[in-house]
Amino acid sequence: MSTSPLDNLAAQKAELLEKVTSLSTLDELKEAEPFITGKRSILSALQKSLGQLEAVARADAGALLQEARREVEAALEARRSILSSQARAVALESDRLDLGDVVVSAVTVPVSVGHPGLVGSTQRELEDVFVGMGFVVAEGPEVETDWYNFEALNIPPAHPSRGMWDTFYVELGEPETVVLRTHTSPTQIHLMENAVANNSLPIHAVAPGTCYRRDTPDARHLATFHQIEGIIVDRNITFADLAGVIETFTHAYFGPDIESRLRPAFFPFTEPSAEFEITCTICRGEGCRTCSNTGWIELGGCGMLDPAVLSAVGIDGDEWSGFAFGFGIERCGQMRHQIADMRALIENDTRFLGQFS
Amino acid sequence: MKISLSWLREFVDITESVEELRLIMDDLGLVVEGIERVGEGLEDVIVARVDKIALIEGADRIRLITVDAGNGPLDIVCGAMNFEVGHHVPLAPVGAVLPGGFEIAQRKMKGVISNGMLCSARELKISEDHQGLMILDEMITPVVGTKLMDALSMTADVVFDITVEGNRPDAWSVEGVARDLATRLKRTLRSPKIAKPNVKATTDSFASAGIDDPDLCGRLTVSALRNVKVGPSPDWVAARLTSAGMRPISNVVDASNLVMLELGQPTHPYDAAHVAGKTLRARRARSGETLETLDGVDRELAKAGRGLGDTGEDCVIIDGDDHVLGLAGIMGGASSEISESTTDVLVEAAFFDPMTIARSSKRHGLRSEASNRFERGVDPNLALRAVGRFVAVLSESVPDLEWMAAPLDISGKTPELPVVELRENDIERTLGVAIPVKESTTILEGLGFSVSEKKGSLFVTPPSSRLDIRSGANGRADVIEEIARVYSYRRLPRRSPSWPTPGGLSQLQQFRRKVRDVCIDLGMNESWTPTLGSNEDFDLVHPGAARVRITNPLASEESVMRATTITGLVKAWGKNIDRGTGDVVMGEIGVVFTHPDSTKNPHNTKGGVAGSVTLALPEETERLTVVLGRTKDDATTAVAFWNALATRLSLADVVVRTLDAAPGFHPTRCGALVDRASGAVLGYVGEVDTELVHVLAPTATNRRLGLIDIDLTALSDHSKATRTSQFVNVPSRYPSAVIDLAFVTPLTVHAQDMAHALRSASPLVERVELFDVYRGNNLPEGTRSLAYSVRFSSNEATLSDSEVSNARDVLIATATSLGATLR
Repeated sequence: MSTSPLDNLAAQKAELLEKVTSLSTLDELKEAEPFITGKRSILSALQKSLGQLEAVARADAGALLQEARREVEAALEARRSILSSQARAVALESDRLDLGDVVVSAVTVPVSVGHPGLVGSTQRELEDVFVGMGFVVAEGPEVETDWYNFEALNIPPAHPSRGMWDTFYVELGEPETVVLRTHTSPTQIHLMENAVANNSLPIHAVAPGTCYRRDTPDARHLATFHQIEGIIVDRNITFADLAGVIETFTHAYFGPDIESRLRPAFFPFTEPSAEFEITCTICRGEGCRTCSNTGWIELGGCGMLDPAVLSAVGIDGDEWSGFAFGFGIERCGQMRHQIADMRALIENDTRFLGQFS
Repeated sequence: MKISLSWLREFVDITESVEELRLIMDDLGLVVEGIERVGEGLEDVIVARVDKIALIEGADRIRLITVDAGNGPLDIVCGAMNFEVGHHVPLAPVGAVLPGGFEIAQRKMKGVISNGMLCSARELKISEDHQGLMILDEMITPVVGTKLMDALSMTADVVFDITVEGNRPDAWSVEGVARDLATRLKRTLRSPKIAKPNVKATTDSFASAGIDDPDLCGRLTVSALRNVKVGPSPDWVAARLTSAGMRPISNVVDASNLVMLELGQPTHPYDAAHVAGKTLRARRARSGETLETLDGVDRELAKAGRGLGDTGEDCVIIDGDDHVLGLAGIMGGASSEISESTTDVLVEAAFFDPMTIARSSKRHGLRSEASNRFERGVDPNLALRAVGRFVAVLSESVPDLEWMAAPLDISGKTPELPVVELRENDIERTLGVAIPVKESTTILEGLGFSVSEKKGSLFVTPPSSRLDIRSGANGRADVIEEIARVYSYRRLPRRSPSWPTPGGLSQLQQFRRKVRDVCIDLGMNESWTPTLGSNEDFDLVHPGAARVRITNPLASEESVMRATTITGLVKAWGKNIDRGTGDVVMGEIGVVFTHPDSTKNPHNTKGGVAGSVTLALPEETERLTVVLGRTKDDATTAVAFWNALATRLSLADVVVRTLDAAPGFHPTRCGALVDRASGAVLGYVGEVDTELVHVLAPTATNRRLGLIDIDLTALSDHSKATRTSQFVNVPSRYPSAVIDLAFVTPLTVHAQDMAHALRSASPLVERVELFDVYRGNNLPEGTRSLAYSVRFSSNEATLSDSEVSNARDVLIATATSLGATLR
C-alpha cells in the first residue's frame, strides 16, 4: 500500500488552527491568509498532489481534504470576526468623546442656510387658509384598519369600488384588515366617532396627512403622497355651503381670478358627489396643454356626506348634515411651482430643496 | 368607454357642436377624457397603385416611387420599404392636409422632386400601425383614384372617450349616455330595432335551462337561434365595433359585442352542437372543479380567496352533463365557442349577483367587458330585449335566421327596487335650493324613474337599470343627486362659510411648526425620506426588532415600515455627497412605526368586518431627526445645534448624558437628552454610527456626521420637556461681577450637573457658563478640569467685594461637596 499525500493531514490541520488562534490583529490575519487557506497554503499544495492518485482514492482523499479546509476556513472567519470587533472597539475607544463636556461656546458652527420642503410649506399655507375660514386642523394615523379606510366610508369588503384605490396591506391581523391609508378620509370617521362619543358636534375640520397607494412612481404620481381632507358636520348644511367653501378656498389660496366649478362624480362616501375643478393656473383659463385646452384642471373630490357614512358612525342624518372634500397637497405645490416631475419631491436633492424659501 | 357621435345620434337628435356636447357630458358626470376625430383630414387622400420602385443615388433610406392615382404617373419619394410594385397604397397629394394639420407640399430630396406622400395607417390616424405604408390590398379590392374614405367605407365621425363612474352601470352603454343627454336636452330617446321570435316551434322543444342557486343568478334566459351562418359582419357593425375600440371577429360574436356596447347587456353565444343536452344551468361551483377559460388558463374554482369577505364563491354555467362551460358573467370556456361550422346557437342573457361576479373576477384576476358590467349591476329586465337586438343585428348577415318562440326565462333572486320618499323639503335641505316638483319629476321620468306625488311627498321608483339607487335615507341622497346632475351643478347656489366657531391649530401643531422653523433657521434643509424601506437598512439601527411589514410591497427594499428616520436621512445625505452637494444639514419631522408586539400599550382600534373586532396597530410616533453633514460637523456641532434649538424652544434645562449606545448612533459619541426636572429622555445627540455611514453613504465613509434624533411628542409635552417660566427676569440695573472658577472634577461628575449645582448655590448667581475643559497628565487620574465663568448680580444694590467673595466661597464649597477641588 502506497502512502497517501494526506497521511499527515491531522497534524497539518492542527498546526493551521493553532496559527489561526495566534493571530492577534486584522493586519496579521490579512498577511497570513494566503499561507493558511490561500494559494500558498499547505491545503492548496495537498490539493495539487491529489492528482497523482487514482480516481476512487482521489475522490475519497478530496472529500477528506475539503473537510479539513472547511474547518480551517471556519476558524479563520471566526477569528476575523473577533478581531474585527476588537478593532472596532479599539477604534471607538480612541474616538470617545464625552458629550457632557462639550464647551458649546467654543464650538464653531458654520453659518448655513436651511430651506423648507415643498410639501411642508404647501401644507402650512393650505392649513392657514382653512384656519382663517374657521376650520381646526385634525390628524389621524397612517396605518388604519379596513373599517376606517373603507368600510365605514361605505366601501364594503370586496366591493368593486375598492378598485378605485390601489392598497398596501400590512401584515397584521387577518389578511387585508390592516392597510396603509389610501386617503385622509379615515380621519373623518375618527372625528365623527369621537364627536359622537364626546357629544361634541358640530365638526369643522381639515385633516392633512400622508397617504399611500400601491402605484409605481412616475412624473405625475408618487406611491407616498399627501392629501388634505375637509369635513363639516353641522345643522342645515347644504350643497350650497360645500360649493361656497370650495369657492372661498379657491380664491384665498389661488387668487381672486381663479374660479371653481363642480361636476358630478362618484365617491362611495359622499352623495351627491362632485369633482371640483379650478381655472387652469398655467393659462388662466385660456386653454393650454396642461388643461387639455379646456381651461380647467381637476383639483379634488367632494360631496355631501353619504347617509350610510353618517349611520356607520351613529350620527342622526335628520338632525345633522355635512360635506367633505379632499385633494392632493403635492398637486397644489406642483401647480404653483410648475414642477415637471413629482419624483423630485422625494429625491431630497439639495439643488432642488435650495429653491424653496 | 368609447362612443361615437354617429352612434349616439341613432338614439337622440344632437344639434350641438362637439365642444358643446363635451361640456354637457362633463356636466352630467359623463366625463369626456378625450375626443378623437376619425376620418378628419382624410378627404383628400386617394388610392394609388405602385408602378415602379427606383433607387435614388446617394440615398439608402429613401426610394423614388412612381404611382398612378388615376391621373398618370406621379413621382413620390418614400422612406417605407414594406411594399412592392402592384400594391395599392394611400396617397396624400400636394395640397392635402393630413390629420393633425400637416400640409403636403412639393418637396425636393436628394435632387429628386416628390409630389405628395404615401401614408402609413398611423399617419392617417386610422390605427397605430407604423410598420410601413398601409397596404390596401390586404383589406379591400382597391380601385385606383377612389377616395380612401370611400374605399374603406369610412365616414367622418367623432369618438368620445367617456369615463363612466362606478355608480352608473346604466350609463355604460350608448343608450344609457343617450338617455342622459335626451333628458338634459329635453329630447326624445329612440330605441334601436328589436326583433321578435320568428318561428312557431318553442325553445323548450330544443333546449333547456335552469338555476340551481337563485342567490347567485337572478335571471337566466336562453334563446335558441337556428340556421345560423357564421361569417363576417356587415360593414356598419364592424365600423361601430372598431370605433369603440373592439376588433370585429364574426357576425355572431360581433352582434353580441355590439349589443353589450349599445344596451349594456352582455350576452354569451354557445355553439349548441357542443352543449351537452342543449342545456344551460347556473349554479355554485363546487370545490375541486376546474375550467379552462377562453384565454387558455386552467382555473381552480370555488377556492376561498385571501382577504375580507371572500369565501371563494364562483357562479358557473354548466351543461346537461353537469360539466362546467364557463365562469358565469366573466369568461366562457373553450369547449362551446362559436366556430365557422356553427349552425345552432344558444344565447345566454342573464343577471348575476354583482358582488359574486366582483369577488370571482378579483380572485381569478380575470376582468372582461362582461364582468365589468355585471359587477356593477346589469338591468335584470334587459335580457330578452338585448337578445331581440342581437337577433335584429345578426339577421342582417343571416336573413334566414330563426329565433325560436318563447325563449327560456328562469327567475332567481333579483334586487328589489326601492320606493324612495322625497319629502317636501328634502331637496332644499340637501342642495340649498328648492327645485320645483314639476322640474324634478320631468328629470326623474326622463331618466326612467316612475314618480307619484302624495301629500307633498314624491314617491320615486328607479328603473330596473338603476341598481345603484338604495332605499331610505341613502336612496334619497341618490335620487337627489340624479335631480341635481340633470338640473346641473352649475345652476346650484353657493353660500359663503359663516359659522361661529373659530378655527385654529392645536398646541402640538403650533409647536411642530416652531420646531421646523427653528431648525430651518439653524440651517436644516427639510427633507422627505421614504416611510417604506428595507429590512437590511433598518437592521443597522434596530437589529432584529419586530418589523411592521407590507404584505404586497412594490419591491423588497420597500417592504418594511420605518421605525427610524435615521437611515433615510443618511441615505439622502449620501446621495447628495455623491453629487457633490452634500455639505449640508438635512432633517425631517416624520412618523415612525413600532410593531404592536414591541410596545407596552398597543394602539387598539376597531377592525374586522363591520368594525367587529379589536386589533392592535403599530404605534406611530413623530421624530425630529437632523443629520449635520457639513465638512466640519461632528458630535460637538450637533450638541451646539441642539443647544440653540433648546434655547429657542424655551427648554429650562436639558442635560446631555453620555451613553454607551443609542439606536443608529456612534457608540462612544452619543448622549441622551435628559430633562433635569422630569428625568424624561427626550432624544439623543451625537454622531451617526461609522458602520451605518459606511453602508448607507459609502462614498462618505470615515466622514463624521452629526446627528440629533428626538421624540417630538415628548419634546412638545411640558410635563416631560420642562419649559422656562413665562415670567421673565428684568436684568439687574446694578453692575455685576464676573469671576472664573476652575475645578478638578471627577469624570463621574457631569459638567452640566456641576453648572446646575453652582447656579443653585447662591441667589446672587445670575449665570454659570462652562468655558473650558482641560484633560492632562498633570491632573489626578479619573478627573478633568472644568472652568466656569460665573456672573453675580443683585437687583437691590451693587455687590460689595465681600458679598462676591462670600458667594465665591459658597460655590467652592458646593463644588467640593461634589468631590471637586479648586484648581
